[in-house]
Amino acid sequence: MALSGIQIYKMLPQTNCKECGFPTCLAFAMKLAAKQVELGSCPYVSEESKKQLAESAAPPIRLITLKSNGTEVKVGNEVVMFRHEKTFYNKPGLFLRVKASDPDIAKKVAQADAYKVNYVGMDFTLNGFAIEADGDASTGSAQVLSAAVKAVREVTKRPLILIGSDAAALDSSLSLLVNESTLIYAADSSNYESLADVAKKHKAVLVVKADSLDDLADLTQKIQAKGVEDMVLDLGGKNLSEWLARSTQARRLALKNFKPLGYPSIFFAAQNGLDKEAVYAAQAIAKYAGFVVIDTFAPEMIYPLLVLRENIYTDPQKPIQVQPGVYEINSPKPESPVLVTTNFSITYFAVANEVEGSGLPAWLVVTDAEGMSVLTAWAAGKFDAERIAKAIKGFDVASKVSKKRIVLPGHVAVLSGEVEEELSDWEVRVGPREAVDLPAFMKQALN
Amino acid sequence: MPIEIPKDKWAGSIKAITIGATSAEGGTRAKAVTVGGGTTMPYLQFEAPTPNKPVIAIEIKSRKPEDWSPLLAEVWGEAMADSAQWAKKAEEAGADLIVLALTVEDNPEDAVKAVKSVLGATGLPLIVWGPGQAEKDNELLVPISEATKGERLVLGICEDKNYRTIVATAMANGHLVQARAPMDVNLSKQLNILISDMGMPKDRILMDPTTGALGYGMEYGYSVMERLRLAALQGDAMTQFPMIVTPGFEAWKTKEAKVGEGVPQAWGDWKARAINWETLTAIALIESGADVVVLRHPESVKRIKEAIEELITA
Ligand code: B12
Ligand code: SF4
Repeated sequence: MALSGIQIYKMLPQTNCKECGFPTCLAFAMKLAAKQVELGSCPYVSEESKKQLAESAAPPIRLITLKSNGTEVKVGNEVVMFRHEKTFYNKPGLFLRVKASDPDIAKKVAQADAYKVNYVGMDFTLNGFAIEADGDASTGSAQVLSAAVKAVREVTKRPLILIGSDAAALDSSLSLLVNESTLIYAADSSNYESLADVAKKHKAVLVVKADSLDDLADLTQKIQAKGVEDMVLDLGGKNLSEWLARSTQARRLALKNFKPLGYPSIFFAAQNGLDKEAVYAAQAIAKYAGFVVIDTFAPEMIYPLLVLRENIYTDPQKPIQVQPGVYEINSPKPESPVLVTTNFSITYFAVANEVEGSGLPAWLVVTDAEGMSVLTAWAAGKFDAERIAKAIKGFDVASKVSKKRIVLPGHVAVLSGEVEEELSDWEVRVGPREAVDLPAFMKQALN
Repeated sequence: MPIEIPKDKWAGSIKAITIGATSAEGGTRAKAVTVGGGTTMPYLQFEAPTPNKPVIAIEIKSRKPEDWSPLLAEVWGEAMADSAQWAKKAEEAGADLIVLALTVEDNPEDAVKAVKSVLGATGLPLIVWGPGQAEKDNELLVPISEATKGERLVLGICEDKNYRTIVATAMANGHLVQARAPMDVNLSKQLNILISDMGMPKDRILMDPTTGALGYGMEYGYSVMERLRLAALQGDAMTQFPMIVTPGFEAWKTKEAKVGEGVPQAWGDWKARAINWETLTAIALIESGADVVVLRHPESVKRIKEAIEELITA
């Protein structure tokens, strides 16, 4: 739990020497509690206090970083049960599982590695791959797993998860992944000693697995006693409801500072069949998973999952927005049409992508509607004739075009009269309601 | 080491509300559907069992919709031109309820006829939506309400600008109402108060907090629903109504669901993507507290049904 200013004050030297730049130790303590200064600014804190303060400042859910020589993925560090209470910070890593014995492993990984999809101006990809020791590799043949790791490393730079129970095989494969932070799956009560050693040796992160939260908490403590700090929990659970219960319980306990469960979790979405994979993954994304492992590389499933993840992890206080201004689409000329929209990212990209895809040139005037969609902004009084006129004048759109004609979104057709009054030398046209219909409208109605 | 699992103890609960009436109850439905009654955040069976599972309504229209995705036209086929047929197929597809959405072209006689024929074709409880224009809604919903007295239909959609007439007729004829406010806890509450103040019994209101599709504002609805549910559990009586949301309507409006050609390759197979769009919007809303989800594609219905069965098993 975070300490109050007074609690911190009690741990400071209380000499008011001012070297930290504050008049009193109490003033400094208050700033520390508000996380506005670093403890390092006071040269006189005792080692004991430092340790206590560091522990209290540690996030309730440990931040886990998987790293390769290419990219990294961070999960954990969450502080709330519901996103409206603050926000969810670190999006769950989405990993694709492949089998070590699969002769097509390199091809499959290469294809999935290249996958990239754009959502409102952001490029999304998978975060990494989980290589499962199966066939010979699972019965102890280290070569099969190592060969798979080598093959995968040649086609992707993303972080990896290694799945297997044979410590020796994991050990030799991890030796191939130098300077990386890999996730090992999974230590249970039967093998945790040897896997903890391997994790320690390679600075790997260790998944811990047990049938109940009680056993899981025992196990993480034992593993921690062996010197492994970075762990991830496999919470078990045989269906959606059980996993929801365990995930909720683990999150609650962690937020109450119950350290043995203060780690992110991992969830396998295809555990009850590929037909349930998308729904399982969706629940895991919404309900606190740290890593979500899928078995199917299907863009039609991965794209909606990535969008869902973005939605759930968007800060509720700040809608995603774009800079107001005049955007040039497909190199517009003076005679090209002027389209008006708002600066909510989803709105802007819905329109911009549509026009761009059609190949038709246009000037897209993005008004400052405080990051709201067309109708929301209209209803809130943030997208009215006055604001539209202000944008047209403020961005000096008249100087760019030969034909003074603007197109309003169809949803705000009611504004056209007022806009005509505000912009008396402009022709005002009402476009279609949905952006999908814009290209056809531009071709037919704007000539 | 036995861990003590932290459990929330709440003062309030969601009201249990019954839609549809059997002949014993003064209607003609084969079976009524009860939703709500929850005493925990959604499906936390370790705190208390979920008394009534969330249900699925399939949306059909009084006239063949011309602007629906070809993927929907492909599965519903001819039935889309005949609401009775369509309702039957929807029942076969696993619907717990039917939503019949009227259009601006309907006149009162057509509308009453459409409602009657749907009631005749299926034994499922029915929700009827007006076309969404205040005057037209009143013009169609009042005669429907009178012609189906005692059926416990849900009439909608009541919004702050247009709720009086619908509420009055629902009250007089033993129906329920769907109360929609635009994604805001206080606005939902306020509308529920206005409706209750008219004398509407509290077991006859479903609240519709409004939703957006995945990628198009869904997260706002998601959080508003969580907040409404928390408020209800904390004892705020005017938020203790079951929630109905329309992921089908929203998801099938998106480009991802509507358009098959000229879209990025990274969007993948059109049909599977469209169904995922609807299914994932719906599952997220169920996780955040929806009691009734209104869907359009039978495959989404099937998948959501399976998910619901899992969520309510202890
Ligand atoms: C998400 C949402 C919110 C979010 C805000 C999201 C945001 N950043 O804007 C929140 C919850 C905060 C919100 C608040 C409000 N909302 Co609101 N909200 C929605 C919701 C669900 C989705 C809006 C959305 O994101 N759509 C997606 C974007 C991409 O759509 P769009 O901007 O319209 O763009 C499309 C078209 O307009 C077109 N287009 C865009 N630009 C252009 C340009 C041209 C030239 C052309 C041709 C086309 C075009 O292309 C796009 C794609 O087709 C809608 C209902 C719904 N399901 O649609 C209600 C809705 C817009 N909200 C509404 C209202 C009333 C409000 C509030 C006033 C109520 C309140 N809660 O207090 C507030 C106002 C905000 C405030 N006071 O702070 C009403 C508006 C009613 C009306 N017709 O007047 C709606 C329609 C809900 C309803 N049915 O009542 N809302
Ligand atoms: S430097 Fe340390 S001891 Fe000196 S005033 Fe600041 S907090 Fe107190």
